Amino acid sequence: MSKDHIGQSHRRENALRHLAGRGRFTTDLSLPRMLHAAFVRSPMAKGRIVEVDVTDAAAAPGVVRVFTAQTLNHVCEPWVGTLDHFAGMQSGPQNMLADGQVLWAGHPVVMILAHSRAEAEDACELVMLDIEDEDAIVDGDAAQMENAPLASDGIDSNMCFQTVLETPDLDAAFARAAHVVEGDFTFGRHTAVTLEPRAVIADYDPSTGQLTVHHGTQTPYQFQDVYARHFGLNESKVRVIAPDIGGSFGMKLHVYHEEMATVAASLLLGRPVRFVADRLESFVSDIHARDHRVSARMAVDADGTILAMDVDDMTQIGAFSTYPRTSAAEGNQVIRLMGAPYKMPDYRGRLSVVFQNKVQTSQYRAVGHPIACAVTEALVDRAAQLLDMDPFDIRARNLLADDDYPHVSATGYQFEKLSHQASLEKLHDMMGYGALRKEQARLREQGIHRGIGIAPFVEITNPGAAFYGVGGARISAQDGAVVRLTPSGDVHCAISVTEQGQGTETIIAQVVADQLGVTPERVKVTTGDTDTTPSGGATWACRGAGIGGETALRAGRKLQAQILALAGAILQADPAKLTLANGAVVDAATGDERISLAEIGRIATYRPDTLPDGCNSSLTAAEHFAPGGYPFDFTNGIQASYVEVDIETGITRLLKHWVVEDCGRIINPLLVDEQIRGGVVQGLGPAFFEECLYDDAGQMTNASLADYLVPMAGEMPDIEIAHVETPTKDTILGAKGVGEAGTAAAGAAAMNAVNDALRPLGAQISQTPMTPLRILTALGHVSAGPKRGY
Amino acid sequence: MKTEITLIVNGEAVRDVIEPRTSLADLLRDRLRLTGTHLGCEMGSCGACLVLLDGTPVHACLVLAVQAAGQRVDTIEGLNESGDIKDLQQNFHARNALQCGFCTNGMIMTAHALLSESTAPTRPEIREALSGNYCRCTGYEAIVDAISATAKQRATNAGAGK
Amino acid sequence: MKSPAFEYLQAQDIADAMSAYDSAEGDAVYLSGGHSVVPSLALRLQAPALVIDISRISALSGISLEDGWLRIGAMTRHVQAMNDPLIAAHAPLFAAAAPFVAHPAIRNRGTLGGSLAHADPASEFPAAAVAMRAELEIVSPQGIRRVPADDFFKDIYETAIEPGEILQAIHVPCPVPGQMIGFDEIARRRGDYAMVGAAVQAVTTDGVADDVSIALFSVGDRPTRAVSAQAVLTGSPIDGAAIAEAQAALCDDLDPPDDPQFPAHMRLHLARVLLGRILTNLKVVA
Repeated sequence: MSKDHIGQSHRRENALRHLAGRGRFTTDLSLPRMLHAAFVRSPMAKGRIVEVDVTDAAAAPGVVRVFTAQTLNHVCEPWVGTLDHFAGMQSGPQNMLADGQVLWAGHPVVMILAHSRAEAEDACELVMLDIEDEDAIVDGDAAQMENAPLASDGIDSNMCFQTVLETPDLDAAFARAAHVVEGDFTFGRHTAVTLEPRAVIADYDPSTGQLTVHHGTQTPYQFQDVYARHFGLNESKVRVIAPDIGGSFGMKLHVYHEEMATVAASLLLGRPVRFVADRLESFVSDIHARDHRVSARMAVDADGTILAMDVDDMTQIGAFSTYPRTSAAEGNQVIRLMGAPYKMPDYRGRLSVVFQNKVQTSQYRAVGHPIACAVTEALVDRAAQLLDMDPFDIRARNLLADDDYPHVSATGYQFEKLSHQASLEKLHDMMGYGALRKEQARLREQGIHRGIGIAPFVEITNPGAAFYGVGGARISAQDGAVVRLTPSGDVHCAISVTEQGQGTETIIAQVVADQLGVTPERVKVTTGDTDTTPSGGATWACRGAGIGGETALRAGRKLQAQILALAGAILQADPAKLTLANGAVVDAATGDERISLAEIGRIATYRPDTLPDGCNSSLTAAEHFAPGGYPFDFTNGIQASYVEVDIETGITRLLKHWVVEDCGRIINPLLVDEQIRGGVVQGLGPAFFEECLYDDAGQMTNASLADYLVPMAGEMPDIEIAHVETPTKDTILGAKGVGEAGTAAAGAAAMNAVNDALRPLGAQISQTPMTPLRILTALGHVSAGPKRGY
Repeated sequence: MKTEITLIVNGEAVRDVIEPRTSLADLLRDRLRLTGTHLGCEMGSCGACLVLLDGTPVHACLVLAVQAAGQRVDTIEGLNESGDIKDLQQNFHARNALQCGFCTNGMIMTAHALLSESTAPTRPEIREALSGNYCRCTGYEAIVDAISATAKQRATNAGAGK
Repeated sequence: MKSPAFEYLQAQDIADAMSAYDSAEGDAVYLSGGHSVVPSLALRLQAPALVIDISRISALSGISLEDGWLRIGAMTRHVQAMNDPLIAAHAPLFAAAAPFVAHPAIRNRGTLGGSLAHADPASEFPAAAVAMRAELEIVSPQGIRRVPADDFFKDIYETAIEPGEILQAIHVPCPVPGQMIGFDEIARRRGDYAMVGAAVQAVTTDGVADDVSIALFSVGDRPTRAVSAQAVLTGSPIDGAAIAEAQAALCDDLDPPDDPQFPAHMRLHLARVLLGRILTNLKVVA
């Protein structure tokens, strides 16, 4: 059999290289005459640059060149992180090195290029920076005060963007509600901490005018466009190669000062320049995520029916909005995903995106989802508590019915078809809910406090141009694939979706294999090089399987038709009566082999002279696909968390986690499950551990991997997963995304679980990460600190 | 001033002249081009740079190359070629116990050392052993599964050999 | 995160090391396991002209019984502290503390002497040394002296080791019959520096505690002996009432640092909880 690879747990061939120590990461690459970059960064959150003296640094051993804003910035067109569809949005122009002002602690001021990174770092210590300290905007509420200083030049207030969504009957819904539950929630800043830091090697060849950038990014085509436009090069002269990437998760698709400076330096010096952020630099220059304060209330009827939500989200984004996707997209998704799983008819969401003098925040895995989910589900649990309802029962009452689609949410999202009810039921069975509640009650009598929390979610996947394109961003909504039959009958597919270990290349091979009647082992997939693959969106917002898979499918079918037509000519047979299977053209009716693909390849390549006149012997097919139909393909699922809280120490133990997920057609069950598991842990990290801590002066105080707590094996639970499969009808393949699903609701389920454990003690927590201090404070064992944001 | 050192890397005697400040990780990666040893934090917190120094896993970022003079260093490349980790590699592959692959070197080193000391580690013991190995992609469960499966296979094979 | 440049010397013996230190006019650091020194160099927190590697000096190695004391060479690795039978029998708090120290690969390389000399107030071995009333053997050009652990730890990262001196060994008095110990800590993740930790050693005669030694860590600028709690516990059975009294007495013993993540009152609360748990679960070791 060779047509049933979609749906099978094929193993990843590229994993074998990593297991052998043969990864090919940007950080592993070394080019002749390559220079190493290091940056002198602002030590303070805000200040005016009085003087930068690089004399000693320039004379230091091994140093080839020192750049400042005055000597470097002129080669690059500044960038502005706004989009047209976010009306009234503002952000100051950015350039590579700080010019006049420093705007966060870590802002690059001087770039040093030396023969080794060590020598570049030596020289950094010799740069004399004279910066006049200015009052920094550290807190988003303070930023909005009258007479607050501005976070940067080029803006007229510290408000980057504001918007309101409101249904006409919102006030009436609250007026008639039997109950209103409410809460103020704080979601800490955290960051991606990809194990491979950001890395780039820019290699400009003045003899041909060719710029090649080896860049650890998930979106090479976007960077090809950015480099061409901002450095004034023809796109054909810019090649971006994204080799193996040591984790990305959204963090590596933003434009960073250091990467741009590395390209600029290579352009100016005409030789390869390498920048690899060390871990300390990562913490003060990679984008951070979240940082929201949300006030929310929910109106419910006496029977537990949710009538409306009213939400106010304030998110703090740093001194600039990121480019080219902005720092407003997350808040925009927060207010649009609130209450998404429920029938809830009325809604108001207000969003304020506020500047401050910290590292920029921007899109990171599950953009906006964890915030919307945690707030919604916390309020649903509070309503259940008020009405003495079981958390499953109140959700069963309110979740969208599986037969009630298509549906438009109160926030305007269009759902094609979701499976909340089936998912809820499946979760209930999988976790053994009844027995778990009994165990919880029994242990509580022994003074052991365990909690169970559940959280349904909706995930945005397969985005079309509605995300960025409509706002004027040059971010591709389509993806492209070129599939060809090689002379010996193997298959090659070059595709624009990229691989960061999630298994893109494997699932593309499976999809293509099924169109051409071969095994995936015979399909070689090439990704991540703008010179050798067609342009496309690459990897962001869950598009690899849904959009990339569909692109591959359509290209594969196109090639299938070409092969069959050619076979028809060779065999003097009707192509409609032929099909592809087992590496050959076979009789569609009998399955009997007529001619092998190897023979087709041989004839077309070496003996086209034997073909009938006018016969097209082309064995390459190209196809591009952009999602039509719905603007997004939403997926859904539900998660549950089982935790134990040590009420004397505030330490939480994660005992178990469950996920039921519906991502439509599953191409590879193994890879889907591992995406979910990884995503869950990326959601649990910030729920319990991860937080970028800042002092009052805007200094990040835990900017090292010893002090910033990432989730480790010892603290993470085993995760049980089940599926419901509701394919989208928008595509032939029917696949939707799954990359954000785990992260979307893990924290929400965990927060509900912790609060379930604390409930008999009259305590409640509404802030993540749920640290021992915050839990002990909620329990009244220790008093709240003098300041907020401890 | 540069120092000349000799050490045995993956069974081959290697001589180099280096600055004393060069870490063992930088020697392996930059000078010997053994790039399977990765750098994730350069302060012993992530485990991506683990190598075997005289048979014992250590952080190559926390050892100066000059300190390793005269000692035996084995990297992922060497273990791969020797076949000592073949079953671990197979189980990691079968269980998809890696995604981006950047932590994998350290995970394999830790697993290799654990299984040489403990023939039947429990899941909590495996998680404990991995407590210094950071992985951002997998959520760890698949890694625990792969190590556990390897331990069981080895036990079965050892039993069958008796 | 690359170290600044330095010269390197591998010392053959202690005299060799100290003379190198002397000729560098003090602009030198000693390197043993390297797990404190190397990261501090990579972070450029220090930039010595000379790094003196003392890890191959044989006088710093070895574990032996001497006149009722266990002598542990400073180069003893954490993993040995965890697994060595002599340490398990005669310096049981080191063995009990070792599993809490960082992670397996760190323990393979990090040394007991390095940990004590580094004197991080959040680390485990210093408190264990204080609780066991260990003595630290320090070599200087003038000779060898032994400093009680109570006097050894001076401040954050500061000890009785004077510039140029080398910690050679740790001496631990062997447990007496009936001796009990307890060691535990409260940390966010396995292997993290503790929010609070404690090492306890107690001897009871006919159910009455006649010698109690308690050292807490991560509660101040150095491992802190809980003098009041010890006094409360001495002379009575270690029962619920006595434990509660000892927990209450900790406010006289501790003056924890106040930082936004871990306010002083939180550390005091955790110290009380932890002490209670340890005292409830003391284990007889001799």
